Amino acid sequence: MSAITPGVIAAHQLTEPEYRKIVDILGREPNITELGIFSVMWSEHCSYKSSRVHLKKLPTRSKLVLQGPGENAGIIDIGGGFAIAFKIESHNHPSFIEPFQGAATGVGGILRDIFTMGARPIAVMDSLRFGMLDDPETGARNRRILEGVVSGIAHYGNCFGVPTIGGETIFEKSYDGNPLVNVFALGVFKTGEIFYGKAEGIGNPVIYVGAKTGRDGIHGASMASAEFTEESHEKRPNVQVGDPFMEKLLLEACLEAMRTGAIVGIQDMGAAGLTCSTCEMGSRAGTGIEIDLALVPQRAAGMTPYEIMLSESQERMLLVAEKGREEEVFAVFRKWGLDAVAIGQVTGDGILRVRDHGVVVAEIPNRELADEAPVYHRPHTTPLRDVPMEAPAFTSASLTGDLERLVASADVCSKRWIWEQYDFMVRTNTIQGPGGDAAIVRIKESGTSIAMALDGNGRYTYLSPREGARLAVAECCRNLSVVGAVPVAATNCLNFGNPERPEIMSQLVEAIEGIAEACQHFETPITGGNVSLYNETLGVPIYPTPVLGIVGLMKTTHPVTIDFKNPGRTVMLVGGLGATDETRFGGTQYAKVILDRLWGLPPALDMEYEKKVQAAVREIVLAGLAESAHDLSDGGLAVALAKASFGTTRMGADISIPAGLRPELALFHEAPSRVLLSTAKPEEVERIALDHGVEAVRIGVTMKEVLRIAGNCNTWIDVPVDRLRETWEGGLKALLHV
Amino acid sequence: MKFGVVVFPGSNCDHDAWYAVSHDLGCRAELLWHDDSRLGDVDAVILPGGFSYGDYLRCGAIAKFSPVMSAVKKFAAGGGLVLGICNGFQILAECGLLPGALMRNAGLKFICRPVQLRVETADSPFTSKMTRGQVIVAPIAHGEGCYQAGQRTVDELEAEDRVAFRYVNNPNGSVRDIAGILNRERNVLGMMPHPERATSDFMGSTDGRFLFQSMLAALGTRLQSVR
Repeated sequence: MSAITPGVIAAHQLTEPEYRKIVDILGREPNITELGIFSVMWSEHCSYKSSRVHLKKLPTRSKLVLQGPGENAGIIDIGGGFAIAFKIESHNHPSFIEPFQGAATGVGGILRDIFTMGARPIAVMDSLRFGMLDDPETGARNRRILEGVVSGIAHYGNCFGVPTIGGETIFEKSYDGNPLVNVFALGVFKTGEIFYGKAEGIGNPVIYVGAKTGRDGIHGASMASAEFTEESHEKRPNVQVGDPFMEKLLLEACLEAMRTGAIVGIQDMGAAGLTCSTCEMGSRAGTGIEIDLALVPQRAAGMTPYEIMLSESQERMLLVAEKGREEEVFAVFRKWGLDAVAIGQVTGDGILRVRDHGVVVAEIPNRELADEAPVYHRPHTTPLRDVPMEAPAFTSASLTGDLERLVASADVCSKRWIWEQYDFMVRTNTIQGPGGDAAIVRIKESGTSIAMALDGNGRYTYLSPREGARLAVAECCRNLSVVGAVPVAATNCLNFGNPERPEIMSQLVEAIEGIAEACQHFETPITGGNVSLYNETLGVPIYPTPVLGIVGLMKTTHPVTIDFKNPGRTVMLVGGLGATDETRFGGTQYAKVILDRLWGLPPALDMEYEKKVQAAVREIVLAGLAESAHDLSDGGLAVALAKASFGTTRMGADISIPAGLRPELALFHEAPSRVLLSTAKPEEVERIALDHGVEAVRIGVTMKEVLRIAGNCNTWIDVPVDRLRETWEGGLKALLHV
Repeated sequence: MKFGVVVFPGSNCDHDAWYAVSHDLGCRAELLWHDDSRLGDVDAVILPGGFSYGDYLRCGAIAKFSPVMSAVKKFAAGGGLVLGICNGFQILAECGLLPGALMRNAGLKFICRPVQLRVETADSPFTSKMTRGQVIVAPIAHGEGCYQAGQRTVDELEAEDRVAFRYVNNPNGSVRDIAGILNRERNVLGMMPHPERATSDFMGSTDGRFLFQSMLAALGTRLQSVR
């Protein structure tokens, strides 16, 4: 057995004090297997040791929350005897090293989190961040990463049979060496059929099901807890390989096995594989678990206990069955052609005891291993920020030209090339797929639909972590309100740099506090999520990127869509024109695409007002008054008007913006709390807005084929909608050279 | 009148087909397990979309050896109606119930989108409720939907009026825009588009109902003639 030298400890990314704590817990020196087990459980990825004290600030409860953070996924009650489980998780590091498999297994991992609770996955969304596609140095690599990630998501989701119905794709220089792949999944089940990851019942058998264990993914969790260096590509073997067909079998077999009533607890083997599933299940139930590795189905010959315990081979589950009813469980897995083997049992001593052919190779108290990971109060100062507060001088040469450049730009352009590679309709629940403000799936059995959206803006959060985080929550809720859904619960994925740097830690702390404030205000408790730290390459961190996934409830109905439908309709801005100044303009798409600059602060958010606007919009939409509705975000009013003109009816608009701001700001500022809609009954819209105490401004009328925007008695923009739509549709393909 | 929907372990449109037939069309429908060589008392069989056995080797390459497919072949030989959708079409081609093969899409990418289809014949139990030349809309969702066959085979299909649907705008490189074909006896249809995804208003098209209603009409006539 290898000696535990300081070098070995350091190679496991454990600090000296952490090692001493291990010795204290065990009352002796660990062996190499035990050291490996501790190192993955106490990695940042599994233990949240840097973020845990701050995550406690998040609101996690409401009348609808059945399960908050701490389980495989959060659960909320959607009425009618049904519940949904949902969560977002990152697979950033693997996706940089091996884009296709990294993204594919990211989808696989979050799907298992959902169906391990007994819910059938019915929707997936992805929040993706890449480096700039047209960067002369890194563009080719960024394009390759994007293509690999998209193919990987398509490969896994399409075969598994879950629709990928939405998400976001954003490009920044800061994601050059650190793409972000955050995958959200949502499943549905009956409230009485929820399963938890608890190893209850002393003497109950512990059963291993699914794919065989190989050497893939060993130390994946610790890889995800370190910065990238020049040598990171040597970590390629750490990335797991996904088999969506196996996952589909596992899904069907697990759901069928659950229906036998013989299953007591179940957990997927994700990060830290067998180690994490055994000790967490034991810890949650206050029990011990004893397994023998000789019984674990293995793909490779001669694997050591260390390798088996740390393998992150995909498509595996651990379950605890009622003693004496094993055969019922085995029969189901046999039917689906899967391995199911009893590898041990639940014990009463609270110890994770690992044997290999009967010989004890690891013996660790479950609770200490799973829950007593070191918790750090890392120092934080002021958030990292290296841009000016003052705006540069700028004047537009052509406002129409600016709009055309914006709609063709990477963030704003149509992502059809991406989402057409995803089966977004399978299971025939997709009420609204990709391309809308929110995605919507129906629950066939209950007449309810679930609306969902993902939002995050690294530029805003870089300029002000607290405000950027609040804006992400607000925008996500606004996206749901636009389709008439009431936002009810949230999940978040916190993508940040190295928390050991106080200026990065400060970004994290402020962003978490911003999310906490906003989620409290919008009554969308956080039911779970994921923290991904150390997103740095060669010391350059990503923009702090909290991504929010929020779900809303609505009656199953035809949703209102973005595009104008009929000529002569009144175009309105519910929420008003919004206020801005040059400082608050520095994080906009205009600043990024047209000026290639970043400065100042994100748009100002008045959360009270935002909430009123959302309530008003929901009422307007549910009353059937809006023929089209679209939330204002990237690119502001002009881009929102452009997108509303891209429908099949080729309906544009004749807009006149009331005097006030200079044209660049009036057209392209990104103040929140604004929704663009077209209506045949503007008085009724105004009445509802007034009831809610929000502005509703008439800004023009819809008209065929042309988008014309005037202000201060000048025509600012005048463009045929066909040409503008072609520019928008072709933007991504041009950048990808496809 | 009862539809049987085959469930391979990797089928993922099985439930959709079952739901469309049972809920949107209001017929009886049951699921048929791939490992079972009996079809029971079903009047028509649907081979649904998905990835039958993972399809890592070649779409449908393993499915053709399954017990249920030997039963489906007998059922088809006896004149039973068999509809293969997407992966179901791939399986029908692989096991020889239909000629030709489905290859990787011309652009090598999976494509999911609603497409327009031109009905090429109303003379089949699957298309009698449509008219020749009618354009219907149904989604495609496949990575390997590029229909290919030798020139003589395609000529024969056309001469025998066995091309059921053509793409109005060919999305995948299929030879002569072919989206769906019939066997010589006209009781087996394979098509890449998904009629079960076009049976309800919110799906953007209800044209898929024409196909299922045609099948119902054909089955109704047959059952009456038996009586």
